[in-house]
Amino acid sequence: MNVSGSRVLGLCPDGRLASRVLVASRHFANDATFEIKKCDLHRLEEGPPVTTVLTREDGLKYYRMMQTVRRMELKADQLYKQKIIRGFCHLCDGQEACCVGLEAGINPTDHLITAYRAHGFTFTRGLSVREILAELTGRRGGCAKGKGGSMHMYAKNFYGGNGIVGAQVPLGAGIALACKYNGKDEVCLTLYGDGAANQGQIFEAYNMAALWKLPCIFICENNRYGMGTSVERAAASTDYYKRGDFIPGLRVDGMDILCVREATKFAAAYCRSGKKCLLCPLWRFRG
Amino acid sequence: MAVVAVLVRRPLEQVGNVTLLPSPPLKIFYCGKIHRTEFTVLSCVTVREAINQGMDEELERDEKVFLLGEEVAQYDGAYKVSRGLWKKYGDKRIIDTPISEMGFAGIAVGAAMAGLRPICEFMTFNFSMQAIDQVINSAAKTYYMSGGLQSVPIVFRGPNGASAGVAAQHSQCFAAWYGHCPGLKVVSPWSSEDAKGLIKSAIRDNNPVVVLENELMYGVPFELPSEAQSKDFLIPIGKAKIERPGTHVTIVAHSRPVGHCLEAATVLSKEGIECEVINLRTIRPMDIETIEASVMKTNHLVTVEGGWPQFGVGAEICARIMEGPAFNFLDAPAVRVTGADVPMPYAKILEDNSVPQVKDIIFAIKKTLNI
Repeated sequence: MNVSGSRVLGLCPDGRLASRVLVASRHFANDATFEIKKCDLHRLEEGPPVTTVLTREDGLKYYRMMQTVRRMELKADQLYKQKIIRGFCHLCDGQEACCVGLEAGINPTDHLITAYRAHGFTFTRGLSVREILAELTGRRGGCAKGKGGSMHMYAKNFYGGNGIVGAQVPLGAGIALACKYNGKDEVCLTLYGDGAANQGQIFEAYNMAALWKLPCIFICENNRYGMGTSVERAAASTDYYKRGDFIPGLRVDGMDILCVREATKFAAAYCRSGKKCLLCPLWRFRG
Repeated sequence: MAVVAVLVRRPLEQVGNVTLLPSPPLKIFYCGKIHRTEFTVLSCVTVREAINQGMDEELERDEKVFLLGEEVAQYDGAYKVSRGLWKKYGDKRIIDTPISEMGFAGIAVGAAMAGLRPICEFMTFNFSMQAIDQVINSAAKTYYMSGGLQSVPIVFRGPNGASAGVAAQHSQCFAAWYGHCPGLKVVSPWSSEDAKGLIKSAIRDNNPVVVLENELMYGVPFELPSEAQSKDFLIPIGKAKIERPGTHVTIVAHSRPVGHCLEAATVLSKEGIECEVINLRTIRPMDIETIEASVMKTNHLVTVEGGWPQFGVGAEICARIMEGPAFNFLDAPAVRVTGADVPMPYAKILEDNSVPQVKDIIFAIKKTLNI
């Protein structure tokens, strides 16, 4: 039973209040069960569970990570407007549940690759805020020594940070090929946006990943706009979870970190078990 | 007509009167005996066999090396370059892909990023244009963009340049295109020794390497020196070779035209002109020092390539010679012999005249020597 609750109220001069809290904290549970949204399924009999248990420790960890990403992105926004960050600066404030939730569902030995909205993933994959902001401001202490910038950050088992829309998807399938080749039971999360979902090379990657049974989880972060073009104006079918056709898919609520976590765990287990790859669009609004 | 620089034009009468002399078959020129046995390490092997041996040895040496491309496995290779490899190494290491260049090139680059050492075959480099974004943006630039964190040890190989009768969309030379990009190494073998040594060096290199082979050279046998028969025979990337020393003029070429230059040199030596023929071997990083040293000796320069003239390999050589110490040693402007500045035509007579021929090289040398 920890008494951190009392530390907060310790500021209160009323000693009686502090002791009441001390007593009260003994009744706090260490975890709680939450109901999460059921995912729409495509070519799957079962999906992720609809309830999940969140421990206090995890809850605080996720919250801390999401808050850090939020603060970092807002700061980057400010720096960008001051022209201290140059070129492109794609931010993920409002989408923190995706990067933190995905990381919560996989192991550090798994692999992840995304497009250019990469700062949050760079953080969750293990780099420090300092290295990220130094890279954004073109400093030698940046993760790519200032030579990469916003769109080209790399870390262990994190392959960027890719500027060409959609090009990271075949790369991700290739990383999954390496996972299968090495026989180490690792998976690769390959992210792309709703705009990129219309790229031809993604369908080439789907074909080969399914043909060769690569342990690749294709994840479409759908924020409903590709730059200024809404999904209705860009895609003949906005059911991104079905667009893998022969690849099973789930539609996940990307605003709910627990839903994202459970879906990722489900997907990773599915791929690790030697079945085919999986398609998981995360549906959410632009933040 | 194959382009022989801008300043030097053949008078129209000569064009009209020229009869096409058939080049002597290269087989007889380079190899005394032609052995039909394949894939045993004899002293005389074709370029195809040499590439096959090189890949086989590297596949054996390092578990992480694998080959992927269209028809490389069960078909034994579209041009039979990977014959026998699928039978020996199986599905895991020799992978047939669907016709999805952008997709499988990206997959190969991703696998390289994750630590494997792929050999990505393009059926011809014309199809690499479908995938050129993956070659340049995903492979070539990554090591720099990541500040040295992420290397991409991949080899892109396949036939490049003109073939026979395959017309415009299947005959382009990509030496200048890939040679333009920092982050890539680009090699262009001519002989079997070049092919074997360069493919092995390319596979062992931790950088993305583009190996521009030549379909018309695949069947040409060469004598392999004894050191080239060793499993650790490597040719360093970035070093040119002087195929034939000479004193009057330096001729620089890469890939198939090297053979034409040697023929031209043989013809001219009967007239007392000794040509120094340099086989570039590597387009990027270019061994300009060897060319400079040669030009400082001979005072004349002719470059020969199959690709188009504008922004080509010859243009780069001329620019660099101008920028370096060798410029002061030139007695005449350098001359470029290149492919004609047209999409490759189909009709044989047009096609033959769209690529550098021995007579074009002889003409260029005589013009530069003012003979």
